[in-house]
Amino acid sequence: MAGRRRFGTVKIAATAVLLFLHVPIVLIGLYAFSTEEASFQFPPPGLTTRWFTVAWGRDDVREAVSLSLQVAAVSTLIALVLGTLVAGAVWRTKFFGRNALSLMIVLPIALPGIVTGIALRASINLAGVSFSIWTLVVGHATFCVAVAYNNVIARLRRMNPSMIDASMDLGAHGWQTFRHVLFPQLGSAILTGGLLAFALSFDEVIVTTFTAGNQQTLPIWFFSQLVRPRDRPVTNVVALAVMLLTIIPVVFSVRLSERGDDA
Amino acid sequence: MAVPLTDDRATHETNPELTAPPTQTSDKSKGTPDLAVKVSTYLWRHRRIRLALLLLLPVSLLVGIYGISLVSLLFNSFYRLDQFTGRLDDTLSLDSWRGLFTTPNVLTAFRTIAIATSVTIASAFLALPLAYFVSRQASKRSRRWLILGIMVPLWSSYLVRVYSWKLILAAEGIANWFFDAFGIGFVLDAILELPVIGGPSLSFSWLGQFIVFVYIWLPYMVMPVQVSMDRVPQSLLDASQDLGAGPSRTFRKVLFPLIVPGVAAGSIFTFSLTLGDYIIPQVVGDSSPSIGYVIYSQQGLAGNLPAAAAFAFVPIVVMGLYLFVVGKLGAFKAL
Repeated sequence: MAGRRRFGTVKIAATAVLLFLHVPIVLIGLYAFSTEEASFQFPPPGLTTRWFTVAWGRDDVREAVSLSLQVAAVSTLIALVLGTLVAGAVWRTKFFGRNALSLMIVLPIALPGIVTGIALRASINLAGVSFSIWTLVVGHATFCVAVAYNNVIARLRRMNPSMIDASMDLGAHGWQTFRHVLFPQLGSAILTGGLLAFALSFDEVIVTTFTAGNQQTLPIWFFSQLVRPRDRPVTNVVALAVMLLTIIPVVFSVRLSERGDDA
Repeated sequence: MAVPLTDDRATHETNPELTAPPTQTSDKSKGTPDLAVKVSTYLWRHRRIRLALLLLLPVSLLVGIYGISLVSLLFNSFYRLDQFTGRLDDTLSLDSWRGLFTTPNVLTAFRTIAIATSVTIASAFLALPLAYFVSRQASKRSRRWLILGIMVPLWSSYLVRVYSWKLILAAEGIANWFFDAFGIGFVLDAILELPVIGGPSLSFSWLGQFIVFVYIWLPYMVMPVQVSMDRVPQSLLDASQDLGAGPSRTFRKVLFPLIVPGVAAGSIFTFSLTLGDYIIPQVVGDSSPSIGYVIYSQQGLAGNLPAAAAFAFVPIVVMGLYLFVVGKLGAFKAL
């Protein structure tokens, strides 16, 4: 069969592309253990776990991690509530400005981050609000809403709407229908959206740069290391930690959405 | 008006069961506060009020804060910066807009558009075999792992992934080691000596920047291409082969035309994300400015918000035109 002959070529090309996507991530893990302090020498001259202790003892790293976690947690929560509300409003309903609203939801991620960032900064200045963790949260929530919304609306669209009718016909009142029919079906979609929004916020640097005052989130700390490397071993360890912290929610969310598909 | 919702409401309003909570004796209603029942029933019946309540908070963030911010950005671009005091002067002026058309800015815009285009084309080429394999050849079991393998780089830390290339492209890093280990260091040297794309080392060359951009945005291309391939019925490909077309002809004449919307959808991401990025050009490359970097430095280093605001409309206009073109190719149906 003609298709068989190509199987090899396509498989090799696909494997190469997949390696291209993953080898750099693996290298991050390797470098966190390198004994080399001043350069990115490959192969590493030796391996050590010393830098993990050093990084753990660094106050600036700890503060940055803690700020990033706070911002990500709060903005994810806001985004989940708002995204779910919009999805509920848009689902099976038509109203004036519905399309404009859908556009406004995706705009913060469709426009380059720098446009969103600079626009928010301009209006924060204009309003005379001082930069704080709350301006960061507003900036992050703005683009996280899109992720939450997308997950919830996708689940709503796949849901059989007659289940709500059935529940009501069987005598459940509005609250029961919401609590026992609608919410259980949305639950995993909301969780998936939340995990992805968290990963997005935890790692965001562009909007963060523009909505932060002197607050240093982990990505901002990391970016300063990228442009002017100072503590390479600590940076390597933080890189590995950030990688794991963003991969874990993603793996969970993929598994969750798979289960959602089966249902 | 959504037909189903209005219909449902009409039916339920005539149903006395629904409005009489005492008849609800199932264990599910235990512990449900009376208020919640009343409120939810009320909301179910009053569509407009329900809609208003659902939209109140999201609209105040998205329109009230974000929308107004975008509009105020536009206004800011018509202000001018007082050269002596460094303060904003709110008399209307076209200075910032005129400043857009100076030669360095125009060059920056074109250079950024050129790299965004080449990154998009390269991503499409790399995405095709991977998407094809995942969609058509992989077993169901390995398919799940492959999708995870595409999703993880898409969502995991952007900065760390950029950083990983700093490790790779550094002069003492793995790329040079790799070329030397195979005794083909001279190939790398020859590439680096090429005009425009070369440079003193991969870290400081256009080529290096290009590789990093492709690496970072590639998953955004693979996902929609793979999804659109999933939608092509196998029978079409079988028919093409039965009628005597070889694999490459089947790909060119049958499969590819059907997945153009997916490629177009993916290209929105690769193009837009490259266009606005100001991080990668600072970390790798020949340090020529990108659109994103000009906006960033006008605002941050120069403190010239009007100029930054005006320049921010360059990617907005370019993306507007781009979306118009790929929209014609059916990109939005594949999103």
